[in-house]
Amino acid sequence: MAEDTEIQLELEKQGVFVSTINRFYNWGRRSSVWPLAFGLACCAIEMMATGLSRYDLARFGAEMFRASPRQADLMIVAGTVTKKMAPQVVRLYNQMPEPRYVISMGACATSGGPFRDGYNVLRGIDLFLPVDVYIPGCPPRPEALLHAIMTLQAQIDDQKLNRVRWYGKTEAKDFPVPTFGKQGLELEGRLIDPVGGLPLISPYNSPLAGELRSGRIEHPELARHFPIMDDTVELEGPNKAVGVAPEIAIDDLKRKPEVARA
Amino acid sequence: MPSMSTAELKERLIRDLPGVLVITPVKAEHANNGGTQPKGDPPPKPKRGEEGPVDLLATKDAIVLAERIPDVARYVRDTLGYTLLTDLTAVDYLADGVIELIYRFVHLEGGPTLAIKTRVPRDRAVVPSITPFWPGADLQEREAFDMYGVDFPGHPNLVRVYMWDAFEGFPMRKDFPKQGDKYIAEEEE
Repeated sequence: MAEDTEIQLELEKQGVFVSTINRFYNWGRRSSVWPLAFGLACCAIEMMATGLSRYDLARFGAEMFRASPRQADLMIVAGTVTKKMAPQVVRLYNQMPEPRYVISMGACATSGGPFRDGYNVLRGIDLFLPVDVYIPGCPPRPEALLHAIMTLQAQIDDQKLNRVRWYGKTEAKDFPVPTFGKQGLELEGRLIDPVGGLPLISPYNSPLAGELRSGRIEHPELARHFPIMDDTVELEGPNKAVGVAPEIAIDDLKRKPEVARA
Repeated sequence: MPSMSTAELKERLIRDLPGVLVITPVKAEHANNGGTQPKGDPPPKPKRGEEGPVDLLATKDAIVLAERIPDVARYVRDTLGYTLLTDLTAVDYLADGVIELIYRFVHLEGGPTLAIKTRVPRDRAVVPSITPFWPGADLQEREAFDMYGVDFPGHPNLVRVYMWDAFEGFPMRKDFPKQGDKYIAEEEE
């Protein structure tokens, strides 16, 4: 395959263009990823900066921010998704024609960010939408958004026409729109994102993995642990606990060998 | 430029609207000094983290009766000339069982602002609305209702602003569940 690509590039230099249907279609799709023009919080400012002349999103063919979801290919979820806004975001996504992509921009859209323990913020847009590319940062710089677009383009390049759903016979599925309940968002009458708890549903996989729910629910029965607020934790100073909390130590890559030895 | 100190405001309220001002218990040292410097050395400042119990409700601001708030607002606007209500917010003193509402008035010609407070019990937080004659208070009263559950009888459209209508509870109250799993625990039982 790599050899084919080299031959192809060499031919292109000579003015002979040879392509495969896959490459041609993917080239067309990746070169005009039109985002939906909507922003939710401060990440949208960075998104606007990315679209303007200094960072120039037009270099990637993604400068056409469309005001209508019917004309958009890409939804950049830029900012904090509040629970009150979540149904509208899902509805906008449902109105986009396939193929459609989602970039979750920033800590808030990815996981709720600093507002995760609040009463009003959705704990990650992937609870309701399949996300192609996540961008960390608070807010991410325009370069990070450019990198996400390039990552998305690389993903599009890897698509095979006979595998993708939207050229086949299966119809596009609508993602269920959450409704407002007494204690949080509800899906089909069941509470899924309670105030003062963790989400009771698992996030969606990426579209490459089939846009299904991953099944990994985030310990709904375990309250998360703040050592400083716990009387039983031994304090080293007024604001510092002795040692590392066990649940942090498990995820801490630097300390992992020690844990394994112990 | 109009300027009115808190003491002056209190005097005017006592003179013009008798019975409106609530006399708040002030600490003895403040009451006895009458503005003079305390004699002798001041007590040593306690270290950080070793302070005794703090009286959160001690204040020098003008505290008025909740049911007389419309009278006071009219007085502040029509007689004193403070025609802009910039802020109407609430504070929840959970340990004392009190919700405090703060009305902040601004004179358009400038000068310092006026703060008027009122206190209501947490379990029966009712303050008459000033929206009928002060439309600028409309959204601010709705916000206080939405976040703190303060009832404003007389308000023409007292519905939630930020949260959806079906939502239960008042999120800015101190006893609102933070990340303890109140609802999950209920479901398990």
